[in-house]
Amino acid sequence: MTYDLAVVGAGPAGLTAARVAAARGLRVALLDAYAKPGGQFLRGTAPPRLTGVDVMLGQRVWAVEKSSGGFRVHASATTTAATLLVATGAHDRVVPFPGWDLPGVLTAGGAQALVKGERIRPGEEAVVAGTGPFLLPVAVTLLDAGVRVKEVLEANRPSPRMAAALARVPSKAGEALGYARRLAAARVPYRTGHAVVAAHGEDSVEGVTVARLTPGWRPYAWRTVDCDTVAVGYGFTPQVDLLLQLGCAVEGDHVVTDDRQRTSVDGVLAAGEVTGVAGAPGAVVEGALAVHSLVGEPPPRLLAEKARLRRFARALDLSYPVRDGWRDWLTPDTVVCRCEEVTLRAIDEARDLGAHDPRTVKLLARPGMGWCQGRMCGHAVARLTGHEPAPQKRPFAQPITLADLTLHDREDNA
Amino acid sequence: MIEFRFEGRPVAAEEGQSIGAALHAAGIRSWRTTRFGGRPRGLFCAVGACFDCLLTVNGTPDQRACQTVARAGDEVTG
Repeated sequence: MTYDLAVVGAGPAGLTAARVAAARGLRVALLDAYAKPGGQFLRGTAPPRLTGVDVMLGQRVWAVEKSSGGFRVHASATTTAATLLVATGAHDRVVPFPGWDLPGVLTAGGAQALVKGERIRPGEEAVVAGTGPFLLPVAVTLLDAGVRVKEVLEANRPSPRMAAALARVPSKAGEALGYARRLAAARVPYRTGHAVVAAHGEDSVEGVTVARLTPGWRPYAWRTVDCDTVAVGYGFTPQVDLLLQLGCAVEGDHVVTDDRQRTSVDGVLAAGEVTGVAGAPGAVVEGALAVHSLVGEPPPRLLAEKARLRRFARALDLSYPVRDGWRDWLTPDTVVCRCEEVTLRAIDEARDLGAHDPRTVKLLARPGMGWCQGRMCGHAVARLTGHEPAPQKRPFAQPITLADLTLHDREDNA
Repeated sequence: MIEFRFEGRPVAAEEGQSIGAALHAAGIRSWRTTRFGGRPRGLFCAVGACFDCLLTVNGTPDQRACQTVARAGDEVTG
């Protein structure tokens, strides 16, 4: 059967879209790679009731393609739909530093997922470091799980732009204040202009080097802190693989949409973090708006809310950038690409040989050639070669077995 | 609670928990070493993006520990 709408990603955006679309009588399929719906934000919460939606979990969508009258969505089975909504979210952006590949160093989102989704305590003593307001809920989540959070380190300095943006969105300001109070009550220091610049240990993290940073993130005044867990996050990278496969226009790291979530490709909608990281409230609004591009008119209230949250996201983006001084944290032996174990030295050697762009560096030194397809190191490798990070085209958005691939061939020829 | 085996040793997991989370909670933070440097690897992104946490489940190699739900009796190796 052909669905009216296939939604890829069952986080806040995808769940909202699926629910609203089903309520309006559309035949909806909702796919997610994970075994439970909710995405990162709603992990561990009670699964929502979705009446009239075919929910397909554990479906790792590896490709989408145009077909007559719509789209084919390839996971372990193939789903066809007239319209496609991509709501695949984002993953943590991390910059490399010596020892960042030691077990016990987790992404900030990963540390949170282990508590919220898996209900484990990731460690005994943690340092939370990176940039952006997301560090606050991560630290609070760890505290709530019984982890002793020793410090929260924000690499950037307080931003007047951010203060102004917060003042315009009272719900966000209240949320931030709540986190700050919780950290203060637990006597967790929140230090701006600081970062974890190295992690130490043999088989697992035993401590970190913390440095004060210049406004451009060059380190000075180092000290060590004992801990068995580090949660690091330097913002997020939208997961736009499927949208790139279809040729949707991008701007910076995200896909371009109009006010009803329509991308540059007919019949392809996008909502949530893939359109630029704006958090769960923005994702919910965009999920609803996406359905309005199919049925009815968007309520002005939703359009206004979206504009407001987008402005907030823009202020976030400008207030918490990754500044170039992080490159001084690295030594020649620092692993930049975790999969292929490519060090800074190897990348510098490739540059000496004349590789001046990320792609040529990749071909010569192999960063980004491994399992993760450059998801972890792509940002760093681009920056190290003096380029703005750009979304990478991945013909296969997920690794699949040859058996799965040939099975699809047989279906096509049947 | 259910139980699976990692390198022959019993590991407890909650119903619906991933193998990676269960191992990490049991204090097993590393379950493979890298090809060239022999560096330890376990959970990093914990959301299926980094592929650091690969292991072998019931003979099937290269499974992401953070995305594979533990089942009673699973035989897991690094």
